[in-house]
Amino acid sequence: MTEDGLFRAALKSRNLVVGHLLAAAFAIGALLSLFWTPYDVTELTIATRLQAPSAVHWFGTDHFGRDILSMIMVGAQTSIAVAIVAVGIGMGIGVPLGLAAAARRGRLLDETIMRGNDLVFAFPSLLIAIMITTVFGPSALNAIIAIGIFNIPVFARLTRGAALPLWTRDYILSARVSGKGPVRISVEHILPNVTNLLIVQGTIQFSLGILAEAALSYVGLGVQPPTPSWGRMLADSQTLIAIAPHMAMFPGFAILLTVLGLNLAGDGLRDLLDPRIRNA
Amino acid sequence: MIKIQQSATAFALLALTAGGAWAAKADVTIGMQLEPPHLDPTSAAAGAIDQALYSNVFEGLTRFGPDGSVGPGLAESWEISADGTMYTFNLREGVKFHDGTDFEATDVVFSLDRARAEDSANAQKALFSGIKSVEAIDPTTVVVTLNAPQGNFLFNMAWGDAVIVAPESIDDIKSNPVGTGAFKFSEWKRGDSITIERNADYWGAAPALEQATFKYISEPTAAFSAMMAGDIDAFYSYPAPENLVQFEADPRFTVLAGNTEGETILAINNKMEPFGDVRVRKAVSMAIDRQAIIDGAMFGYGTPIGTHFAPHHPDYVDLTGNAPHDPEGAKALLAEAGYPDGFETTLKLPPPSYARRGGEIIAAQLRDVGIEAEISNLEWAQWLEQVFRGYDYGLTIVSHTEPMDIGIYARPTYYFQYDNPEFQALITALSVENDPATRTEMLQEAQRIISEDYVNGFLFQLALTSVVDARLDGIWPDAPTQAVDLTGVSWTE
Repeated sequence: MTEDGLFRAALKSRNLVVGHLLAAAFAIGALLSLFWTPYDVTELTIATRLQAPSAVHWFGTDHFGRDILSMIMVGAQTSIAVAIVAVGIGMGIGVPLGLAAAARRGRLLDETIMRGNDLVFAFPSLLIAIMITTVFGPSALNAIIAIGIFNIPVFARLTRGAALPLWTRDYILSARVSGKGPVRISVEHILPNVTNLLIVQGTIQFSLGILAEAALSYVGLGVQPPTPSWGRMLADSQTLIAIAPHMAMFPGFAILLTVLGLNLAGDGLRDLLDPRIRNA
Repeated sequence: MIKIQQSATAFALLALTAGGAWAAKADVTIGMQLEPPHLDPTSAAAGAIDQALYSNVFEGLTRFGPDGSVGPGLAESWEISADGTMYTFNLREGVKFHDGTDFEATDVVFSLDRARAEDSANAQKALFSGIKSVEAIDPTTVVVTLNAPQGNFLFNMAWGDAVIVAPESIDDIKSNPVGTGAFKFSEWKRGDSITIERNADYWGAAPALEQATFKYISEPTAAFSAMMAGDIDAFYSYPAPENLVQFEADPRFTVLAGNTEGETILAINNKMEPFGDVRVRKAVSMAIDRQAIIDGAMFGYGTPIGTHFAPHHPDYVDLTGNAPHDPEGAKALLAEAGYPDGFETTLKLPPPSYARRGGEIIAAQLRDVGIEAEISNLEWAQWLEQVFRGYDYGLTIVSHTEPMDIGIYARPTYYFQYDNPEFQALITALSVENDPATRTEMLQEAQRIISEDYVNGFLFQLALTSVVDARLDGIWPDAPTQAVDLTGVSWTE
């Protein structure tokens, strides 16, 4: 299929378009907040607290009088930054581990890596995150590391699983015959052939990362105030829900729509990039 | 016609029985936020123990009234010797502990000796440090001899830490408390509730309630639903001030807004640079807008304070003017102290909402004068370890709920590490002063010294907001001590 054909197919996939539009909206909001927000999110104006949505404050104000729209924009920044780095950690460590395990399939290295992965997998991911942030103190950095760590086995397994059948292909055999070592083969021939899968999985993990960050912040173990975070906005709104429902609604929708968008985009990408489904 | 009459009669009967059921209601369920670690008020600092048991199950020689006044408890009357060092307590006759044993002078000797012993686990040993000896003259007379005259000895004896316990039941006191009070301990479902029952053999006026349950609900949202659903009849010290507006608007409930002994302060680590400089501490105090904190963190409940003293106390001096909200003045002071661009510090916050919310507001106010306070939210155990015992903090917010606790500023090793010999001498002199007028003067002087030294940022007096079923009568609106005294509580209608 040509580049042009791929693009046309992409436009036809409703999931892909809607998903990308949703994700892009939040990415644009986050980018915009780097330069401009309607109001300063660090400035508290107690006098105008808990205002319902209006022309002045589109999404209303919170219990300290901060503008919720501005907080959601900056919160998107937090979510995206945490998720990108966490997925980066997962891919950066998980993919090489998976490639190495596949290259040394059945041997000690493979066993060590995969059993190590099982060990990390065995613990519920959020539990690990809570443990790390409790021991090392709550902060954005520790939240990122915690979320990153449970991304590692996901990518390691996926990479190994996808790489194993490739090692039996003829073109790998010819590469080996021509004298290429396992490292070179992995990088030059295996990796390009598993990239599609990694992109799809990366999108899904990205949305899980956003959810995990929100969950950690909700229990107070994520980004610390005054940096806005969707999870903490929800936690703050909890006791105020009866008098200021907008405080819970908007960050809730933000999380819902972003995660939905990323999942749709992930599904759409898989449909598009997986040759078996595409040809069916 | 007949049918209508019949149903009318039935209806009237139904109404009667229903009315009867109301009149018979003699139990109460009180929601509380913190569950006690065990049930011995004489060996732990946890206020939750006193809240459930003080005056209900355990009584002292003297007792606090709802307004904080000290009146007779197990001691019916007392005489003080002319030099102020000898207190002769005349004990009530015919008082029995809940296990049936008699209350006698030897129990008083046992309790006070136990509390002041070398190996005592009492959390407020200072209350007893002035006692030289305790002697039982006869079964209803006890003489306490002090090392020196002590102005507030009767006040000290009213504390929950000074209640009278019996040697017969002391071994199991942590799980089965046996006192002399109007209620006896019945059941403790750990993690859920404590139940007490009316003591039929009580020496004083019998309480109106037959049974009372303290139900422990730590989550504000759960507390809200339990109150709305009628699962609890009252919530003592309701944790989420933001819900009070709704309760106030609801005719089923009454919101009691009273005073606590809780001075809420922005504690400053006086030994950590740059807080050793009084100009820096003053700048911090001036950066703070107290009313914004009360409105933003407490939804308007709370009274601004300018020193470490309860505003409802007769000896209180209003010193809020010593540090008015003045960001420009604060910046000028910082520049004068050598920090024209401000500085960075830490702001460690324990779990209560006054600290977490107040902390966010204070951090923003400090930022306006150039001080970057990095917030970290801690659990109580971490807070005690890092801040209270470890001195590892710049700023923190906490409410000091003990009554008359200005004396903590005379302890140089207390967590805010304020070391002023002048103040320490004043408190030492105060502890042996008996003349009420001089005591007032000295207490006011003490308030002025710490206020003018800007030891801490003095924020507000914590309000006690309890939500109570409108038909329930007699819950103390104020908290002169940590107690939920149910002896005078009854249902109306």
